[in-house]
Amino acid sequence: MASPTTLDGKVSLGTGGRDAAPVKARSLPRISGKGLAKVAAMVLPPLVVLAGFLLFWEVACSHPGAGLPPPSRVVSEAWPIIVDPFFDNGGTDKGLFWHISASLQRVALGFALAAIGGILLGTLVGQSEWAMRGLDPIFQVLRTIPPLAWLPLSLAAFRDGQPSAIFVIFITSIWPIIINTAVGIRNIPQDYRNVAAVVRLNPLEFFFKIMLPSAAPYIFTGLRIGVGLSWLAIVAAEMLIGGVGIGFFIWDAWNSSHISEIIVALVYVGVIGFILDRLVAGLGRLVTRGTSAA
Amino acid sequence: MAHLDLSQVGISFTRAGRTTEVLRDVDLKIAKGEFVSIIGHSGCGKSTVLNIVAGLLKASTGVVLLDGREVSSPGPERAVVFQNHSLLPWLTVRENVALAVDKVLARKKSRAERSAWIEHNLALVNMMHAADKRPNEISGGMKQRVGIARALAMEPTVLLMDEPFGALDALTRAHLQDQLMDIHVRLKNTVIMITHDVDEAVLLSDRIVMMTNGPSATIGEVLTVPMARPRKRLELVEDKDYVHCRAEVLEFLYARHARPALAA
Repeated sequence: MASPTTLDGKVSLGTGGRDAAPVKARSLPRISGKGLAKVAAMVLPPLVVLAGFLLFWEVACSHPGAGLPPPSRVVSEAWPIIVDPFFDNGGTDKGLFWHISASLQRVALGFALAAIGGILLGTLVGQSEWAMRGLDPIFQVLRTIPPLAWLPLSLAAFRDGQPSAIFVIFITSIWPIIINTAVGIRNIPQDYRNVAAVVRLNPLEFFFKIMLPSAAPYIFTGLRIGVGLSWLAIVAAEMLIGGVGIGFFIWDAWNSSHISEIIVALVYVGVIGFILDRLVAGLGRLVTRGTSAA
Repeated sequence: MAHLDLSQVGISFTRAGRTTEVLRDVDLKIAKGEFVSIIGHSGCGKSTVLNIVAGLLKASTGVVLLDGREVSSPGPERAVVFQNHSLLPWLTVRENVALAVDKVLARKKSRAERSAWIEHNLALVNMMHAADKRPNEISGGMKQRVGIARALAMEPTVLLMDEPFGALDALTRAHLQDQLMDIHVRLKNTVIMITHDVDEAVLLSDRIVMMTNGPSATIGEVLTVPMARPRKRLELVEDKDYVHCRAEVLEFLYARHARPALAA
């Protein structure tokens, strides 16, 4: 290959324009080839594993009398809900989109409340020695209570499914937010406190200008764990409270023996959970650009 | 009456039931516009003196008076240049200075005046070119310059500097010392600087306060540095007063008050 290249170059030496073009053409695919190889290295392994898994599943479940349907039958049976997630026949007979959006709304509300409450309580516990001594042991006990154990209590208190589900989200996701925020606040360097003292920031200014940005990396760690727990809890809670929601959809499908629909819904739950996690992580990276590299 | 007056200042810390006296009977009077260095071996409590004047630590005994008023808490009239610059990493250079200016001078200056004042102080330390960078994008010397700009921008009555150039290499340090001398000549502010560098102390100061070793450290001697200002680093090398002052401080530190471990 070497000799034709030099020959090519020598021949077209006189005409610069024509010389540049083939060089460009030769080097371009090499660059994008490298990029392509990188993308392939990222994407191929999971695809290969996934294909292997599906194949195994297909083979293992295609004999008559198998407990679970093979992937091919999942797709063919659940085809209506895969291709049309937006149908709405009234009541709880809706497309997957509506179920997931109902679940996400509950998570959004419960998680937002947990974020606000968690950051405030975490700040209190991180800042005050007495608040920590008083509250920390209680938090450590409460946070081990499984999410669903709160559901009967909240149903008794709220007498309605919707606020109960939101409360379960709240109570599930608030603990990691409190604990991480408290650690972040406790780790604010004395230097920053000294700066604030010399400038005479008032407590409110200190909270917004020093505490929040300084503890932001910790806070976002808490938020990320919290959002993951919320999504775990909502699916379970909705199975019990009913109404529209992805958890109810799964339970309903089980009661109607639509195993294929359950499997499709689980794929959705997994993907949405993954996206939620990435969203909070990405937001955290955006907000804490300067903070983490001190 | 002295501008800044420390009388009988002492401080003790109690840790795990044991009380250690760090400072004892520190008496020091500083006139307006004076540049005073405090020098001593590490661990002798010289930074503690500064922190008491700053109000970040509370003296166990004695009192600090600034223009006749007792110092009890930190405040912008005693702005501090911290040893490790203490810039907030999530703010840009300009925002770091702005945080102080917008808080401290909120009533004194309008928004436009404050903004101009921020630029003025950044220009004073030659940091205009990096005003929009974050602290982790600039060098150690630049960070320290921003720290100085932030402190000066608070229009302090007394500027407190805690080993401001301690973490810098020799060339950068010399450069910043020259800039600091220049600023001091122009603004004529009162400065207390903590240092462990003999040349730095002699070059910059009107008086050098030499501390004895702790525990129970106190002022050993005070040396007046007579050379006229503005001082030029190169001309001083052979200056009689300079050489004399340098020898005095060295003798105090290494002969009369050598660190106990080293003296043995």
